[in-house]
Amino acid sequence: MKNTIISLKDITVSYDGEQVLGGFHLEIHDGEFVTLLGPSGCGKTTVLRTIAGFIKPDAGAVFFKDKNITDLPPHKREVNTIFQKYALFPHLNVYENIAFGMRLKGRNEKEIKQTVHEMLSMVNLTGYAHRGISQLSGGQQQRVAIARALANEPKVLLLDEPLGALDLKLRKDMQVELKKIQQQTGITFVFVTHDQEEALSMSDMVVVMDGGVIQQIGSPTDIYNEPKNAFVADFIGESNILDGVMLEDYSVRFAGHTFRCLDSGFGRNTPVDVVIRPEDIKVVEPDSTLIIGDVTAVTFKGVHYEIIVDVAGFKWMIQSTECRQVGDHIGLALTPNDIHVMQKSEYSGVFGDYSTFSDEMEEDRNASDEADAREEENPVKEERAEREEKDNEI
Amino acid sequence: MKSNSRLLSAPYTVWMTIFIVVPMLLVGYFAFTDKAGSFTLENILSVGQYSNVFLRSIWLGAVATVISLGLGYPFAYIIAKMNAKRQNVMIMLVMLPMWMNFLLRTYAWMTLLEDNGLINSALAAIGLPRVHMINTAGAVVLGMVYNYIPYMILPLYSVLTKMDQSVIEAAQDLGANGRQVFLKVVVPLSMPGIISGVTMVFVPAVSTFIISKMLGGGGNLLIGDLIDMQFLGSAYNPNLGSAVSLVLMVIILICMGIMNQFDDGEVNEKGGMLL
Repeated sequence: MKNTIISLKDITVSYDGEQVLGGFHLEIHDGEFVTLLGPSGCGKTTVLRTIAGFIKPDAGAVFFKDKNITDLPPHKREVNTIFQKYALFPHLNVYENIAFGMRLKGRNEKEIKQTVHEMLSMVNLTGYAHRGISQLSGGQQQRVAIARALANEPKVLLLDEPLGALDLKLRKDMQVELKKIQQQTGITFVFVTHDQEEALSMSDMVVVMDGGVIQQIGSPTDIYNEPKNAFVADFIGESNILDGVMLEDYSVRFAGHTFRCLDSGFGRNTPVDVVIRPEDIKVVEPDSTLIIGDVTAVTFKGVHYEIIVDVAGFKWMIQSTECRQVGDHIGLALTPNDIHVMQKSEYSGVFGDYSTFSDEMEEDRNASDEADAREEENPVKEERAEREEKDNEI
Repeated sequence: MKSNSRLLSAPYTVWMTIFIVVPMLLVGYFAFTDKAGSFTLENILSVGQYSNVFLRSIWLGAVATVISLGLGYPFAYIIAKMNAKRQNVMIMLVMLPMWMNFLLRTYAWMTLLEDNGLINSALAAIGLPRVHMINTAGAVVLGMVYNYIPYMILPLYSVLTKMDQSVIEAAQDLGANGRQVFLKVVVPLSMPGIISGVTMVFVPAVSTFIISKMLGGGGNLLIGDLIDMQFLGSAYNPNLGSAVSLVLMVIILICMGIMNQFDDGEVNEKGGMLL
């Protein structure tokens, strides 16, 4: 096991009386690429700022290699941060930005010059030393910010959604570049993002957070294949999450039928959440399988079609390379390997089917349904609306 | 499109021409002519006699500007750090005196500073010796600082509140302590505010005449008073007055030009450079 470089013990942080983190524990190992992943407001940036020293926790302690650094101000910590909006010094050029930390440490000019040029070549910006910050594109500014932080030779690099402002292609390039830099330098990276794909493709370890609580810690494959609860399953990738009952080991009942699965240890007749990834479902003829439904929507996604299937009122999502038409009557086939069973949690039932993709949309839709219902109770209004419709027809 | 925008700017152009360009040309005309209207350099050359007045004006203006900056910067900094509600109250308090008549405010200082004024009466009442304050250079500087310091605080406050907090955090993160953050990041980034503040205090301070007339007595004649005398006073001579104005304008332009060298042309983009 690798050495622990940073550990957070029992951290509690509140803003204006509202608790963001409560009794938060986390251990980060030396040389790892750790990602804190979660929706906005889940406390991930607070964790990062606590490590950097910008936030002093109300309770708990921060340890750096067994040394308590809770009361150490940011400028004395051996960690550096890459900020969301880069936070480069607008009054200094690229060279001086990168040299900033070294000048404070009183390095000699020759050393500074050498390091700046090394850093610039590492981030592929050789020849940009004397540009002004405002002359750089977003991606270039981001790379200067990385060079500036690395020039300080941090033991840990903290990255606060550093790629959020970049366009998709550039973001992908920077993901590769960051991973490469991390492997080259061997510095511990703590990366904050709400982008699950980014987290999966870059990290050694992913920490999934919600509501200031760690939902799951694990390698990207663990997190994806073995989500611990409905939140993780929904947040990481697409998932059909169904209500089920674990009848006995290796046998689970959901969607009105009993299936064989690979999970065990839940006990007999235990209510569970069942996760089925859309890409695992096979579309077959309706008479050859148990789950049968009607296609309600088809979206072309390039690599595959996203097909929404209504099975007895529950909307499943299926990703298939074969196109189906809306209204088609199809069957869905599952193998035991496709079924993942999870313990019931506070998130059970929160993430339902694929009537909508986001919670926000669902809330909005529910609200407008209610508004419609209210309108129907008011016949005068309806009549007026009808009259208007007629007028329009004329 | 282009002719359209020209049409829209026409009223402004006409206004500018009548009230700014024409008077400037008139000042130039008077400065280079004698009473009969024929060309002469005599006015400009005789400005040299008043070099002590010029030096005193620039000196007192500079001292007032430095004091305003020294007092205004920490004040603006403290306000910018307060919560939004208190910031509004503080800025209101800074601007409040500006709503009162300039003359009245300066009169008030007269009654305060006089040999038998409020301050001296108070000193005498507690048994301390009286201090002669009115009609001194110090009183003039005090008047300048008092009247013009809001113009220093406001641009500084505006720059300091808009400053990106993450840049300050970045400096701390890279190892800068409080003093280093201030000197290496906060001050350089507030340069546009410093420049507009300095300009907005220095220019009116150098050319003021009311303050020196009321608080400075006869011994602290400033350029403003000199010009005032040429147009409205006993020594009626608009030609000399124009020449003095012209020279003053050139001197201020040079001062501002030097000031701008401290800021890498950024003022033109952001700050309210006023000339």
